[in-house]
Amino acid sequence: MRKLLKYLKHYKVQSVLAPLFKLLEASFELFVPMVVSAIINEIDAGNGSTSYIVYACLILVALGVVGLISAVAAQYFAAKAAVGFSKELRHDLFDKMQSLSYSEIDNLGTGKMITRMTSDVNQVQSGVNLVLRLFMRSPFIVFGAMIMAFLIDSFAGGVFAIAIAVLCVVVFGIMLISIPLYKKVQGNLDKVTVATRETLTGARVLRAFCKEEDEISSYNRKNAELTKSQRFVGKVSALMNPLTYAIINAAIIALMYVGVIKFNSGSLDRGQVVALYNYMSQILIELIKLANLIITVTKSFACAGRITEILDMQPSLKKGEAGARASGSFIEFKNVSVNYGNAPHNALDGINFTVERGQTVGIIGGTGAGKTTLINMLPHFYDAKEGEVLIDGVNVNAIGDVELREKCGIVPQRAVLFKGTVRENMQWGSNTATDGEILSAIETAQASDVIASKDGGLDEVVEQGGKNFSGGQRQRLTIARALVKKPEILILDDSASALDYATDARLRQSLKKLDYNPTVFIVSQRTSSIRHADKIIVLDGGRMVGSGTHEELLKDCEIYREIHFSQFEKEGA
Amino acid sequence: MAKPSKKLVLKRIFKQLKNYKLLIAATIFFAFVSVAGNLLAPIFVGQIIDLFIAGQQVQLDKVFEKFAAIGVTVGITCAAQWLTSVINNHITFHVVKDIRESAFAHLQKLPLKFIDAHSYGDIVGRAIADVDAFADGLLMGFTQLFTGVLTIIGVLGIMFAMNWIIALIVFVLTPLSLFVAKFIASKTFSLFRKTSEIRGEQTAFIDEMIGNLKVVQAFGHEDENLEKFDEINERLTKASLKSIFYSSLTNPATRFVNAVVYAAVALAGALMLVFAVPLPIVFTVGKLSNLLSYANQYTKPFNEISGVVTELQNAVACAGRIYEIIDEQPQTPDAENATVLGKVKGDIEFKNVSFSYDEDKKLIEGLNITAKAGQRIAIVGPTGCGKTTLINLLMRFYDLDGGQITVDGNDVLSVTRKSLRKNYGMVLQDTWLKSGTVFENIAMGKPSATREEVEEAAQAAHAHNFIMQMPDGYDTVIAEDGGNLSQGQKQLLCIARIMLCLPPMLILDEATSSIDTRTEQKIQEAFARLMDGRTSFVVAHRLSTVREADLILVMKGGNIIEQGTHDELLAKQGFYANLYNSQFAI
Repeated sequence: MRKLLKYLKHYKVQSVLAPLFKLLEASFELFVPMVVSAIINEIDAGNGSTSYIVYACLILVALGVVGLISAVAAQYFAAKAAVGFSKELRHDLFDKMQSLSYSEIDNLGTGKMITRMTSDVNQVQSGVNLVLRLFMRSPFIVFGAMIMAFLIDSFAGGVFAIAIAVLCVVVFGIMLISIPLYKKVQGNLDKVTVATRETLTGARVLRAFCKEEDEISSYNRKNAELTKSQRFVGKVSALMNPLTYAIINAAIIALMYVGVIKFNSGSLDRGQVVALYNYMSQILIELIKLANLIITVTKSFACAGRITEILDMQPSLKKGEAGARASGSFIEFKNVSVNYGNAPHNALDGINFTVERGQTVGIIGGTGAGKTTLINMLPHFYDAKEGEVLIDGVNVNAIGDVELREKCGIVPQRAVLFKGTVRENMQWGSNTATDGEILSAIETAQASDVIASKDGGLDEVVEQGGKNFSGGQRQRLTIARALVKKPEILILDDSASALDYATDARLRQSLKKLDYNPTVFIVSQRTSSIRHADKIIVLDGGRMVGSGTHEELLKDCEIYREIHFSQFEKEGA
Repeated sequence: MAKPSKKLVLKRIFKQLKNYKLLIAATIFFAFVSVAGNLLAPIFVGQIIDLFIAGQQVQLDKVFEKFAAIGVTVGITCAAQWLTSVINNHITFHVVKDIRESAFAHLQKLPLKFIDAHSYGDIVGRAIADVDAFADGLLMGFTQLFTGVLTIIGVLGIMFAMNWIIALIVFVLTPLSLFVAKFIASKTFSLFRKTSEIRGEQTAFIDEMIGNLKVVQAFGHEDENLEKFDEINERLTKASLKSIFYSSLTNPATRFVNAVVYAAVALAGALMLVFAVPLPIVFTVGKLSNLLSYANQYTKPFNEISGVVTELQNAVACAGRIYEIIDEQPQTPDAENATVLGKVKGDIEFKNVSFSYDEDKKLIEGLNITAKAGQRIAIVGPTGCGKTTLINLLMRFYDLDGGQITVDGNDVLSVTRKSLRKNYGMVLQDTWLKSGTVFENIAMGKPSATREEVEEAAQAAHAHNFIMQMPDGYDTVIAEDGGNLSQGQKQLLCIARIMLCLPPMLILDEATSSIDTRTEQKIQEAFARLMDGRTSFVVAHRLSTVREADLILVMKGGNIIEQGTHDELLAKQGFYANLYNSQFAI
């Protein structure tokens, strides 16, 4: 939480003024019983003057007015500070998340990241708001009332001290018991949330397997579990009100007893007894507010902790020193090994190869062979555990990530489009791309018919996740998006998997015709997609088991041969 | 989704509460008792204060009598308070449970058309966060509304009994507080709605960009995103400031009205005592003290009720969003006289079928297909030609606009969806796994399967080996949506899933697209055995895998443009021949 305090920096004034005004309001409230006590004593004096009483009552009204003004000011400043706080926090958090490297994204999981950004930040925001409003006020009233009581009579003050101590034990005891129970409730709620999301994401499969009823009964079980835990914690916290009420009334009885004794001995007058009684009544309300506040604050602290965890993450990608520029190939993998975390097996193991500018490289291998890992090394999405990846003789970790990724046009396996128009999606490749450039990229990507089939053309709206385009359409559009960039290095990560052979073939032909002559990496599982590459790299279980042209590999590489003939009968090849 | 009016939403909420009539009656009774006790205790204190008479000794035995009375009253009050909140908790949590259950059950019935067209985040938000907000509002409302109203009535009664003039002052002035609260609440309702709309927009944006962070980074789109995010953030900040500030005015404003009422009571009471106004009522300092604390107690529930009103406003807004889902038109129910389709032979016929996703855009028209039992039907065609649509229709995920699909001569509309789907085994390109163990995932279609059966199915799908490499083998828990399994591994598990149930008809949509060809070739043998004697629809781009089909449907632009066997179609020298030859064209 302390780390997050800096987000109040721009709202220092508000963060000081809010509790200050609250304090002001509270002190005016503490005067009220004193004024009433004065009125009663004036009556008891027997010769009460009307003007005195009227003045006293006007003072009561004035206290109210000043209280109102202070409270409104306090609410405004608190809201302003809390909202501003969360705005800056969200901004930084979003910024931070965007800067995380692939390894951190893998570890965190996007679901968690989204929760941090949304509900956790909201929780912290309401925590800040409440703290600014109440954290000063409630203790001030509670202890202020006690001090007032001591000023009137030390015995009565003692009763206050004991009552407050007992109240604290009860209130905070109940809280201590219920907080872990609330955590359990939260855990159960998470399960219910997951079940709800799954029933949507898996709707087709669940319905195909007629699992609707099973889903409902499994959901109802989780839901019942949630209700049970909620009810249990509800029962515990329901003790709060009756217990505190009983304590306060016991204290009132004690107070009255002290009052009677002192009155009889002549050291207290009636007005003072009434004032003591009024102060006691004020304590209860504030203490309950304080307890609620602490619950909210505890929740906020937990959320703040989780947020800080992310803000504290250091992007793990290493920055290298640009060494002497070795002359040689455009791209070189020198003995590159990669390991995700501490897996027993390297995802890539001792990879060596070179690529010249403008060449087309095919990468092939079975599931889990390390194809995607290999191409993710080029834009420095992951660090190599050993060895180096060189572009123009410079280690990729020494080239700035922005500059490096500027060179690379990537078409990821999962074809993702974003909400917006087709044009906006295409401009992800280059902000300044003209319609002409976009259309030509779309043509190269064999997606012209996609645009033609949509009424809006480039202005066609893409729904969230690109749902209004089919898988193949999305894939071709993501290829176009990468082409709009006119990249030096074009990376197609199994990007043609949803394309039929004819389209795939046309795509490869048109890529060859590009005037800026990019170096192309094609990851594929089918040899037909890469057989015409200048160089084919065959991966198996993270190792390079062959490299060369199609013909060479057919001759020398057993695994390549197997892959090829699993797709083409021998005579077909 | 249609937005229901506030009135209708309220009606629905009350209807929802109907089942809890008895409990509500009990809670009202206990609330009544606790309010009565609450009001009675100060009277005893007032009576003690009246025993203090200047210049005289207070008699202790009289004081102790009053102490005993306070003790009993407070004891009863405490018990009643506790029971009230326990019962209220019970009602609230169960209402929430009911709503969640019916919302979830309704999700199962909603047409895929609805699910496909709405963001999951939004629907989940309604079923979880909104229901919670509704519950919180309801809980506060329940507990405080009753006691509040009862306190107001009780206090007013007592005050009138003590001193009707002062009571009248209080009675006339206090509605000011109510008025102020209502004014603020009506202003904030729309502010809250707006805030939550912008928040929804921001969540969707976060969902999209953080969910696809890798793509964002690959395109260096971080700065643009941050800009867009800041723009939404700015709007959210402005809207939240307004809604938070205005709604937080309720308390100070009503507190001020209280202060005025309090002062008025003090003035009137004190003046009456000083001038000893000849009234037909006995008025004392103790009673004035009582009246003052009642004046406070009388206005406090107004504060709370106004707090409750804001909370309830929010709750109603949330309830509205929940009911939008619950009221959404479900899929057309099974026909009343729908029969249960037993295990079919697998003759499937499309007769003059027409269908479109969008009324304005015709897609499939006058489609006729005849698939005989046991035949293998391959669906090929360029990307986006409508292959997935065909599956949507076969499985009855979507309903036809016209024409008829029959299975073994039965119109699919005349049989239950469940029995129809039981006859199909489906493996989709978009693999989906449930959070749960590997075993549970494979046994999805046949929960009664033994360990041996599941392992056998996994072996047939060539999934056994990698499953055994996982930390707990078949008991390894898979995270939501497959967690860290590769796409290919997920696909193998999906294949194992249907290898286990062996339904008479199969739909394989690019079932092996993410599996390397060496493994695929091995699976193909298993598939071949599986497809033997079963009607199967196979969508594939690898023409080599569809060459042996009994019937090839060539689709383009949503329609079947050619039908026939591989040889027939090649001889035709049409679209298919073109497609096939292009495989070797380069």
